[in-house]
Amino acid sequence: MASEEQTLTVTDITRQIKSSLEQRFTRVWVQGEISNFKRHTSGHLYFTLKDEGAQLSAAMWRSRAAGLLFQPADGMKVIARGGITVYPPRGSYQIDVDQLTPLGIGELQIAFERLKKKLAGEGLFDESRKRPLPKYPGVVGIITSETGAALQDVRTVLSRRFPGVELILLPVRVQGAGASDEIAQAIRDMNRYGKVDVMIVGRGGGSLEDLWAFNEEIVARAIFASEIPIVSAVGHEIDFTIADFVADLRAPTPSAAAEMVVPDRFEILEVIRNYEYTIRQAVTQRILAHRERVESLIGSYAFNRPKDMVREFVQKLDELQRSMATTVSHRMERRAQDVESLRKRLLGVSPQGVLKRGYAIVRKDGVPVTRSQQLARNDEASVEFQDGKVMTKVQ
Amino acid sequence: MMASKKLQRGSLEGSLKRLEEIVDSLEEGKVSLDEAVQLYEEGILLSKDCAEKLKATELKIRKLAKSVGGDFEIAETDEE
Repeated sequence: MASEEQTLTVTDITRQIKSSLEQRFTRVWVQGEISNFKRHTSGHLYFTLKDEGAQLSAAMWRSRAAGLLFQPADGMKVIARGGITVYPPRGSYQIDVDQLTPLGIGELQIAFERLKKKLAGEGLFDESRKRPLPKYPGVVGIITSETGAALQDVRTVLSRRFPGVELILLPVRVQGAGASDEIAQAIRDMNRYGKVDVMIVGRGGGSLEDLWAFNEEIVARAIFASEIPIVSAVGHEIDFTIADFVADLRAPTPSAAAEMVVPDRFEILEVIRNYEYTIRQAVTQRILAHRERVESLIGSYAFNRPKDMVREFVQKLDELQRSMATTVSHRMERRAQDVESLRKRLLGVSPQGVLKRGYAIVRKDGVPVTRSQQLARNDEASVEFQDGKVMTKVQ
Repeated sequence: MMASKKLQRGSLEGSLKRLEEIVDSLEEGKVSLDEAVQLYEEGILLSKDCAEKLKATELKIRKLAKSVGGDFEIAETDEE
Protein backbone atom coordinates (compact mmCIF):
# COMPACT_ATOMS: atom_id res chain seq x y z
CA MET A 1 0.00 0.00 0.00
CA ALA A 2 2.71 2.40 0.91
CA SER A 3 4.24 3.75 -2.26
CA GLU A 4 7.50 5.63 -2.44
CA GLU A 5 5.79 8.89 -3.17
CA GLN A 6 3.55 8.60 -0.16
CA THR A 7 4.59 10.24 3.05
CA LEU A 8 3.35 8.61 6.19
CA THR A 9 2.80 9.97 9.61
CA VAL A 10 4.56 8.26 12.52
CA THR A 11 1.22 7.06 13.72
CA ASP A 12 0.41 5.58 10.33
CA ILE A 13 3.66 3.70 9.98
CA THR A 14 3.48 2.53 13.56
CA ARG A 15 -0.05 1.28 13.01
CA GLN A 16 1.12 -0.66 9.98
CA ILE A 17 4.09 -2.09 11.86
CA LYS A 18 1.84 -3.04 14.72
CA SER A 19 -0.68 -4.82 12.56
CA SER A 20 2.02 -6.53 10.55
CA LEU A 21 3.98 -7.77 13.56
CA GLU A 22 1.00 -8.72 15.67
CA GLN A 23 -0.57 -10.72 12.87
CA ARG A 24 2.65 -12.48 12.04
CA PHE A 25 3.58 -13.40 15.60
CA THR A 26 0.31 -14.20 17.36
CA ARG A 27 1.82 -17.15 19.17
CA VAL A 28 5.54 -17.81 19.43
CA TRP A 29 7.81 -19.66 21.80
CA VAL A 30 10.94 -17.82 22.71
CA GLN A 31 13.79 -19.25 24.68
CA GLY A 32 16.08 -16.98 26.60
CA GLU A 33 17.45 -15.84 29.89
CA ILE A 34 15.54 -13.55 32.22
CA SER A 35 17.08 -10.21 33.11
CA ASN A 36 15.79 -6.96 34.62
CA PHE A 37 13.01 -8.90 36.29
CA LYS A 38 10.49 -6.62 37.99
CA ARG A 39 7.23 -7.35 39.69
CA HIS A 40 5.08 -4.23 39.56
CA THR A 41 2.83 -3.38 42.46
CA SER A 42 -0.11 -4.04 40.13
CA GLY A 43 1.03 -7.68 39.95
CA HIS A 44 2.18 -7.52 36.36
CA LEU A 45 5.64 -8.88 35.57
CA TYR A 46 8.12 -7.04 33.38
CA PHE A 47 11.45 -8.48 32.28
CA THR A 48 13.81 -8.86 29.38
CA LEU A 49 14.54 -12.08 27.55
CA LYS A 50 18.01 -12.19 26.20
CA ASP A 51 20.65 -14.36 24.67
CA GLU A 52 24.14 -13.60 23.32
CA GLY A 53 22.85 -11.76 20.30
CA ALA A 54 19.66 -9.92 21.18
CA GLN A 55 17.11 -8.99 23.74
CA LEU A 56 13.35 -8.82 23.82
CA SER A 57 11.11 -6.98 26.24
CA ALA A 58 8.53 -9.13 27.89
CA ALA A 59 5.42 -8.51 29.93
CA MET A 60 3.20 -10.97 31.77
CA TRP A 61 -0.11 -9.74 33.09
CA ARG A 62 -1.12 -10.37 36.63
CA SER A 63 -3.85 -12.88 35.81
CA ARG A 64 -1.39 -15.05 33.93
CA ALA A 65 1.45 -14.50 36.34
CA ALA A 66 -0.81 -15.83 39.10
CA GLY A 67 -0.71 -19.28 37.49
CA LEU A 68 3.07 -19.46 37.57
CA LEU A 69 4.39 -22.44 39.46
CA PHE A 70 7.85 -21.10 39.98
CA GLN A 71 9.44 -17.85 40.92
CA PRO A 72 11.03 -16.20 37.88
CA ALA A 73 14.34 -14.52 38.61
CA ASP A 74 17.20 -12.91 36.79
CA GLY A 75 19.53 -15.41 35.13
CA MET A 76 16.91 -18.11 34.87
CA LYS A 77 16.56 -19.86 31.51
CA VAL A 78 12.97 -20.03 30.34
CA ILE A 79 10.69 -20.61 27.39
CA ALA A 80 8.09 -17.90 27.04
CA ARG A 81 4.96 -18.39 25.01
CA GLY A 82 3.03 -15.41 23.77
CA GLY A 83 2.34 -12.95 21.03
CA ILE A 84 4.33 -9.95 19.91
CA THR A 85 2.64 -6.64 20.65
CA VAL A 86 3.64 -3.15 19.65
CA TYR A 87 3.24 -0.23 22.00
CA PRO A 88 2.87 2.85 19.75
CA PRO A 89 3.43 5.63 22.36
CA ARG A 90 6.95 4.37 22.89
CA GLY A 91 7.56 2.86 19.48
CA SER A 92 8.57 -0.37 21.10
CA TYR A 93 7.56 -3.98 20.75
CA GLN A 94 7.48 -6.71 23.33
CA ILE A 95 6.29 -10.21 23.90
CA ASP A 96 3.05 -10.53 25.77
CA VAL A 97 3.77 -13.72 27.70
CA ASP A 98 0.90 -16.08 28.55
CA GLN A 99 2.96 -19.08 29.56
CA LEU A 100 6.38 -19.25 31.11
CA THR A 101 8.23 -22.52 31.53
CA PRO A 102 11.52 -22.80 33.34
CA LEU A 103 14.31 -24.70 31.64
CA GLY A 104 16.61 -25.40 34.55
CA ILE A 105 16.22 -28.75 36.28
CA GLY A 106 15.84 -27.14 39.67
CA GLU A 107 13.08 -24.84 38.51
CA LEU A 108 11.35 -27.63 36.65
CA GLN A 109 11.35 -29.75 39.78
CA ILE A 110 9.85 -26.96 41.81
CA ALA A 111 7.24 -26.26 39.17
CA PHE A 112 6.43 -29.97 39.00
CA GLU A 113 5.95 -30.25 42.75
CA ARG A 114 3.81 -27.12 42.90
CA LEU A 115 1.55 -28.20 40.03
CA LYS A 116 1.25 -31.66 41.52
CA LYS A 117 0.17 -30.23 44.83
CA LYS A 118 -2.25 -27.81 43.23
CA LEU A 119 -3.95 -30.40 41.01
CA ALA A 120 -4.05 -32.95 43.80
CA GLY A 121 -5.79 -30.33 45.91
CA GLU A 122 -8.37 -29.88 43.18
CA GLY A 123 -9.06 -33.60 43.07
CA LEU A 124 -7.60 -34.30 39.64
CA PHE A 125 -5.72 -37.31 40.94
CA ASP A 126 -8.57 -38.82 42.96
CA GLU A 127 -8.78 -42.55 42.66
CA SER A 128 -12.55 -42.32 42.75
CA ARG A 129 -12.71 -40.57 39.40
CA LYS A 130 -10.53 -43.07 37.60
CA ARG A 131 -12.56 -45.04 35.12
CA PRO A 132 -12.11 -48.68 34.37
CA LEU A 133 -10.80 -49.49 30.92
CA PRO A 134 -13.12 -51.32 28.55
CA LYS A 135 -12.44 -55.03 28.64
CA TYR A 136 -12.52 -55.59 24.92
CA PRO A 137 -11.89 -52.32 23.08
CA GLY A 138 -12.63 -52.27 19.39
CA VAL A 139 -10.80 -49.04 18.67
CA VAL A 140 -7.73 -47.77 20.49
CA GLY A 141 -6.66 -44.18 20.08
CA ILE A 142 -3.06 -43.14 20.41
CA ILE A 143 -1.72 -39.65 20.84
CA THR A 144 1.99 -39.54 20.31
CA SER A 145 4.63 -38.67 17.77
CA GLU A 146 4.15 -40.31 14.40
CA THR A 147 7.85 -41.01 14.17
CA GLY A 148 8.58 -41.96 17.75
CA ALA A 149 9.43 -45.33 19.24
CA ALA A 150 6.25 -45.25 21.33
CA LEU A 151 4.03 -45.79 18.30
CA GLN A 152 6.16 -48.68 17.08
CA ASP A 153 6.15 -50.30 20.50
CA VAL A 154 2.38 -50.03 20.80
CA ARG A 155 1.92 -51.44 17.31
CA THR A 156 4.14 -54.39 18.07
CA VAL A 157 2.33 -55.28 21.25
CA LEU A 158 -1.16 -54.84 19.79
CA SER A 159 -0.24 -56.96 16.77
CA ARG A 160 0.88 -59.73 19.04
CA ARG A 161 -1.86 -59.62 21.66
CA PHE A 162 -4.94 -58.46 19.83
CA PRO A 163 -4.60 -57.62 16.15
CA GLY A 164 -8.39 -57.41 15.86
CA VAL A 165 -8.44 -53.86 17.23
CA GLU A 166 -8.16 -50.74 15.19
CA LEU A 167 -5.49 -48.24 16.17
CA ILE A 168 -6.22 -44.62 15.48
CA LEU A 169 -3.28 -42.28 15.62
CA LEU A 170 -3.55 -38.60 16.25
CA PRO A 171 -0.01 -37.42 15.64
CA VAL A 172 1.42 -34.68 17.86
CA ARG A 173 4.76 -33.30 18.74
CA VAL A 174 5.69 -34.67 22.13
CA GLN A 175 8.42 -32.25 23.04
CA GLY A 176 9.52 -28.75 22.46
CA ALA A 177 7.59 -25.53 22.13
CA GLY A 178 3.87 -26.02 21.75
CA ALA A 179 3.92 -29.75 22.39
CA SER A 180 1.68 -29.47 25.43
CA ASP A 181 -0.88 -27.45 23.49
CA GLU A 182 -0.90 -30.02 20.71
CA ILE A 183 -1.29 -32.89 23.13
CA ALA A 184 -4.13 -31.20 24.98
CA GLN A 185 -5.86 -30.32 21.71
CA ALA A 186 -5.42 -33.88 20.45
CA ILE A 187 -7.08 -35.24 23.58
CA ARG A 188 -10.02 -32.92 23.04
CA ASP A 189 -10.15 -33.81 19.33
CA MET A 190 -10.11 -37.50 20.07
CA ASN A 191 -13.07 -36.94 22.37
CA ARG A 192 -14.87 -34.93 19.75
CA TYR A 193 -14.23 -37.68 17.21
CA GLY A 194 -15.55 -40.05 19.82
CA LYS A 195 -15.33 -43.41 18.09
CA VAL A 196 -12.52 -44.57 20.32
CA ASP A 197 -12.93 -46.89 23.31
CA VAL A 198 -9.71 -46.05 25.11
CA MET A 199 -6.66 -43.98 24.34
CA ILE A 200 -2.98 -44.05 25.03
CA VAL A 201 -1.22 -40.72 25.48
CA GLY A 202 2.52 -40.78 25.71
CA ARG A 203 6.01 -40.98 24.37
CA GLY A 204 9.22 -42.84 24.95
CA GLY A 205 11.56 -41.94 27.76
CA GLY A 206 13.71 -38.85 27.90
CA SER A 207 15.13 -36.19 30.10
CA LEU A 208 12.92 -34.16 32.42
CA GLU A 209 12.95 -31.37 29.84
CA ASP A 210 11.98 -33.79 27.07
CA LEU A 211 9.03 -35.05 29.06
CA TRP A 212 7.98 -31.62 30.19
CA ALA A 213 4.93 -31.35 27.98
CA PHE A 214 3.37 -34.13 30.03
CA ASN A 215 3.90 -32.08 33.15
CA GLU A 216 1.97 -29.10 31.90
CA GLU A 217 -1.27 -28.09 33.47
CA ILE A 218 -3.02 -27.80 30.12
CA VAL A 219 -2.36 -31.49 29.40
CA ALA A 220 -3.43 -32.50 32.89
CA ARG A 221 -6.72 -30.64 32.50
CA ALA A 222 -7.38 -32.12 29.06
CA ILE A 223 -6.84 -35.61 30.46
CA PHE A 224 -9.11 -34.82 33.37
CA ALA A 225 -11.86 -33.60 31.04
CA SER A 226 -11.64 -36.56 28.69
CA GLU A 227 -14.72 -38.73 28.38
CA ILE A 228 -12.61 -41.50 26.95
CA PRO A 229 -10.48 -43.42 29.46
CA ILE A 230 -6.82 -42.55 29.11
CA VAL A 231 -3.73 -44.60 29.77
CA SER A 232 -0.67 -42.44 30.17
CA ALA A 233 2.54 -43.90 28.85
CA VAL A 234 5.43 -41.60 29.36
CA GLY A 235 9.03 -42.56 29.59
CA HIS A 236 10.69 -45.48 31.18
CA GLU A 237 9.56 -46.81 34.52
CA ILE A 238 11.00 -44.27 36.93
CA ASP A 239 9.66 -41.13 35.31
CA PHE A 240 6.35 -40.05 36.75
CA THR A 241 4.67 -37.13 35.08
CA ILE A 242 1.67 -35.06 36.07
CA ALA A 243 -0.17 -36.77 33.20
CA ASP A 244 0.48 -40.10 34.91
CA PHE A 245 -1.26 -38.92 38.06
CA VAL A 246 -4.35 -37.68 36.21
CA ALA A 247 -4.71 -40.53 33.77
CA ASP A 248 -7.14 -43.34 34.48
CA LEU A 249 -4.25 -45.73 34.38
CA ARG A 250 -0.54 -45.13 34.33
CA ALA A 251 1.68 -47.37 32.27
CA PRO A 252 5.43 -47.28 32.79
CA THR A 253 6.11 -47.54 29.05
CA PRO A 254 4.12 -47.38 25.81
CA SER A 255 4.52 -51.16 25.42
CA ALA A 256 3.06 -51.68 28.87
CA ALA A 257 0.18 -49.35 27.99
CA ALA A 258 -0.61 -51.48 24.96
CA GLU A 259 -0.66 -54.56 27.16
CA MET A 260 -3.06 -52.84 29.53
CA VAL A 261 -5.58 -51.72 26.94
CA VAL A 262 -6.08 -54.99 25.11
CA PRO A 263 -6.42 -58.47 26.49
CA ASP A 264 -4.29 -61.28 25.23
CA ARG A 265 -6.40 -63.01 22.60
CA PHE A 266 -5.09 -66.40 23.62
CA GLU A 267 -6.37 -65.75 27.10
CA ILE A 268 -9.78 -64.88 25.68
CA LEU A 269 -9.77 -68.00 23.57
CA GLU A 270 -9.09 -69.90 26.77
CA VAL A 271 -12.00 -68.12 28.43
CA ILE A 272 -14.26 -68.96 25.52
CA ARG A 273 -13.17 -72.58 25.66
CA ASN A 274 -14.05 -72.57 29.35
CA TYR A 275 -17.44 -71.04 28.63
CA GLU A 276 -18.08 -73.69 26.03
CA TYR A 277 -17.16 -76.40 28.48
CA THR A 278 -19.31 -74.84 31.19
CA ILE A 279 -22.44 -74.57 29.10
CA ARG A 280 -21.94 -78.06 27.72
CA GLN A 281 -21.62 -79.36 31.27
CA ALA A 282 -24.59 -77.35 32.47
CA VAL A 283 -26.88 -78.69 29.77
CA THR A 284 -25.62 -82.25 30.13
CA GLN A 285 -26.21 -81.98 33.85
CA ARG A 286 -29.71 -80.76 33.26
CA ILE A 287 -30.49 -83.61 30.93
CA LEU A 288 -29.00 -86.16 33.33
CA ALA A 289 -30.96 -84.67 36.20
CA HIS A 290 -34.16 -84.94 34.20
CA ARG A 291 -33.37 -88.49 33.20
CA GLU A 292 -32.73 -89.41 36.81
CA ARG A 293 -36.00 -87.88 37.80
CA VAL A 294 -37.86 -89.82 35.18
CA GLU A 295 -36.12 -92.98 36.24
CA SER A 296 -36.86 -92.44 39.87
CA LEU A 297 -40.48 -91.73 39.02
CA ILE A 298 -40.66 -94.94 37.06
CA GLY A 299 -39.22 -96.79 40.03
CA SER A 300 -41.42 -95.02 42.56
CA TYR A 301 -44.07 -96.94 44.61
CA ALA A 302 -46.88 -94.69 43.38
CA PHE A 303 -45.97 -95.06 39.77
CA ASN A 304 -45.87 -98.82 40.19
CA ARG A 305 -49.22 -99.11 41.97
CA PRO A 306 -51.28 -99.54 38.79
CA LYS A 307 -48.90 -102.21 37.61
CA ASP A 308 -49.10 -103.93 40.97
CA MET A 309 -52.84 -103.68 40.92
CA VAL A 310 -53.01 -105.26 37.51
CA ARG A 311 -50.70 -107.99 38.68
CA GLU A 312 -52.93 -108.58 41.69
CA PHE A 313 -55.97 -108.78 39.48
CA VAL A 314 -54.29 -111.23 37.19
CA GLN A 315 -53.37 -113.35 40.16
CA LYS A 316 -56.88 -113.20 41.51
CA LEU A 317 -58.22 -114.10 38.12
CA ASP A 318 -55.92 -117.08 37.97
CA GLU A 319 -57.10 -118.19 41.36
CA LEU A 320 -60.72 -117.75 40.42
CA GLN A 321 -60.14 -119.73 37.27
CA ARG A 322 -58.45 -122.46 39.16
CA SER A 323 -61.14 -122.71 41.80
CA MET A 324 -63.77 -122.52 39.09
CA ALA A 325 -62.15 -125.36 37.26
CA THR A 326 -61.96 -127.42 40.41
CA THR A 327 -65.57 -126.81 41.24
CA VAL A 328 -66.70 -127.66 37.77
CA SER A 329 -64.70 -130.86 37.57
CA HIS A 330 -65.98 -131.94 40.97
CA ARG A 331 -69.45 -131.39 39.83
CA MET A 332 -68.86 -133.27 36.62
CA GLU A 333 -67.45 -136.20 38.50
CA ARG A 334 -70.43 -136.30 40.74
CA ARG A 335 -72.74 -136.15 37.75
CA ALA A 336 -70.83 -138.97 36.13
CA GLN A 337 -71.31 -141.07 39.25
CA ASP A 338 -74.98 -140.21 39.28
CA VAL A 339 -75.27 -141.21 35.66
CA GLU A 340 -73.50 -144.48 36.37
CA SER A 341 -75.74 -145.40 39.26
CA LEU A 342 -78.80 -144.41 37.29
CA ARG A 343 -77.53 -146.51 34.43
CA LYS A 344 -77.16 -149.43 36.80
CA ARG A 345 -80.60 -148.88 38.18
CA LEU A 346 -81.93 -148.45 34.71
CA LEU A 347 -80.24 -151.64 33.65
CA GLY A 348 -81.96 -153.40 36.59
CA VAL A 349 -85.37 -152.40 35.37
CA SER A 350 -84.77 -152.82 31.65
CA PRO A 351 -86.66 -155.53 29.76
CA GLN A 352 -83.33 -157.12 28.96
CA GLY A 353 -82.70 -157.68 32.69
CA VAL A 354 -86.18 -159.18 33.17
CA LEU A 355 -85.70 -161.47 30.18
CA LYS A 356 -82.49 -162.71 31.77
CA ARG A 357 -84.39 -163.72 34.80
CA GLY A 358 -86.54 -166.02 32.67
CA TYR A 359 -89.42 -163.77 31.67
CA ALA A 360 -90.49 -163.20 28.13
CA ILE A 361 -92.18 -160.29 26.41
CA VAL A 362 -95.21 -160.90 24.25
CA ARG A 363 -95.95 -158.40 21.54
CA LYS A 364 -98.82 -158.21 19.16
CA ASP A 365 -98.10 -156.12 16.13
CA GLY A 366 -95.03 -154.79 17.99
CA VAL A 367 -97.11 -153.60 20.98
CA PRO A 368 -96.40 -155.32 24.31
CA VAL A 369 -99.30 -157.45 25.56
CA THR A 370 -99.70 -157.06 29.28
CA ARG A 371 -103.16 -158.75 29.76
CA SER A 372 -104.55 -162.05 28.52
CA GLN A 373 -107.71 -160.46 27.25
CA GLN A 374 -105.67 -158.61 24.77
CA LEU A 375 -105.12 -161.77 22.87
CA ALA A 376 -107.74 -163.82 21.05
CA ARG A 377 -107.57 -167.20 19.41
CA ASN A 378 -105.47 -167.38 16.30
CA ASP A 379 -103.83 -164.04 17.06
CA GLU A 380 -100.19 -164.03 16.11
CA ALA A 381 -97.79 -162.79 18.70
CA SER A 382 -94.10 -162.57 19.07
CA VAL A 383 -92.39 -163.81 22.19
CA GLU A 384 -89.08 -162.35 23.02
CA PHE A 385 -86.59 -164.19 25.16
CA GLN A 386 -83.24 -163.10 26.31
CA ASP A 387 -81.62 -164.71 23.35
CA GLY A 388 -84.13 -164.02 20.60
CA LYS A 389 -87.71 -164.01 19.37
CA VAL A 390 -90.20 -166.72 18.29
CA MET A 391 -93.53 -166.32 16.61
CA THR A 392 -96.61 -168.11 18.12
CA LYS A 393 -100.24 -168.52 17.42
CA VAL A 394 -102.75 -168.31 20.27
CA GLN A 395 -104.97 -171.50 20.67
CA MET B 1 -37.52 -67.59 20.63
CA MET B 2 -36.03 -65.03 22.96
CA ALA B 3 -32.61 -66.54 22.87
CA SER B 4 -31.66 -66.57 19.23
CA LYS B 5 -33.04 -63.12 18.58
CA LYS B 6 -30.46 -61.57 20.89
CA LEU B 7 -27.59 -63.11 18.99
CA GLN B 8 -25.25 -60.29 18.14
CA ARG B 9 -22.96 -60.59 15.24
CA GLY B 10 -21.45 -57.23 16.10
CA SER B 11 -18.67 -56.53 18.49
CA LEU B 12 -16.58 -59.08 20.24
CA GLU B 13 -17.53 -57.40 23.48
CA GLY B 14 -21.23 -57.86 22.72
CA SER B 15 -20.74 -61.48 21.82
CA LEU B 16 -18.68 -62.22 24.89
CA LYS B 17 -21.17 -60.42 27.10
CA ARG B 18 -24.03 -62.45 25.71
CA LEU B 19 -21.94 -65.58 26.13
CA GLU B 20 -21.36 -64.67 29.77
CA GLU B 21 -25.09 -64.17 30.25
CA ILE B 22 -25.75 -67.58 28.79
CA VAL B 23 -23.15 -69.19 31.03
CA ASP B 24 -24.66 -67.42 34.04
CA SER B 25 -28.23 -68.39 33.36
CA LEU B 26 -27.27 -71.96 32.57
CA GLU B 27 -25.23 -72.19 35.75
CA GLU B 28 -28.02 -70.69 37.76
CA GLY B 29 -30.23 -73.42 36.42
CA LYS B 30 -33.48 -71.48 36.57
CA VAL B 31 -34.35 -71.85 32.91
CA SER B 32 -36.44 -74.71 31.63
CA LEU B 33 -34.83 -77.62 29.89
CA ASP B 34 -36.08 -76.40 26.52
CA GLU B 35 -34.60 -72.98 27.12
CA ALA B 36 -31.39 -74.52 28.36
CA VAL B 37 -30.97 -76.46 25.16
CA GLN B 38 -31.65 -73.32 23.14
CA LEU B 39 -29.22 -71.27 25.19
CA TYR B 40 -26.66 -73.98 24.69
CA GLU B 41 -27.05 -73.85 20.92
CA GLU B 42 -26.77 -70.07 20.93
CA GLY B 43 -23.75 -70.25 23.20
CA ILE B 44 -21.89 -72.65 20.99
CA LEU B 45 -22.56 -70.45 17.96
CA LEU B 46 -21.38 -67.37 19.84
CA SER B 47 -18.22 -69.02 21.03
CA LYS B 48 -17.40 -70.06 17.47
CA ASP B 49 -18.12 -66.51 16.33
CA CYS B 50 -15.86 -65.01 18.99
CA ALA B 51 -13.04 -67.41 18.25
CA GLU B 52 -13.38 -66.47 14.58
CA LYS B 53 -13.06 -62.79 15.43
CA LEU B 54 -9.90 -63.38 17.40
CA LYS B 55 -8.24 -64.96 14.42
CA ALA B 56 -7.63 -61.59 12.74
CA THR B 57 -3.93 -61.22 12.13
CA GLU B 58 -3.42 -57.76 10.72
CA LEU B 59 -3.54 -54.70 12.97
CA LYS B 60 -5.37 -51.85 11.28
CA ILE B 61 -3.77 -48.45 11.83
CA ARG B 62 -5.32 -45.25 10.65
CA LYS B 63 -4.60 -41.63 11.19
CA LEU B 64 -7.04 -39.06 12.45
CA ALA B 65 -6.73 -35.70 10.78
CA LYS B 66 -8.86 -32.61 10.93
CA SER B 67 -10.35 -31.62 7.61
CA VAL B 68 -10.79 -28.04 6.50
CA GLY B 69 -14.32 -27.81 7.84
CA GLY B 70 -13.16 -28.89 11.28
CA ASP B 71 -14.57 -32.39 10.87
CA PHE B 72 -12.41 -35.43 11.12
CA GLU B 73 -10.93 -37.49 8.39
CA ILE B 74 -9.60 -40.95 8.80
CA ALA B 75 -6.61 -41.65 6.62
CA GLU B 76 -4.57 -44.76 6.12
CA THR B 77 -1.09 -44.37 7.48
CA ASP B 78 1.59 -43.78 4.88
CA GLU B 79 4.09 -46.32 5.98
CA GLU B 80 3.09 -49.93 6.13
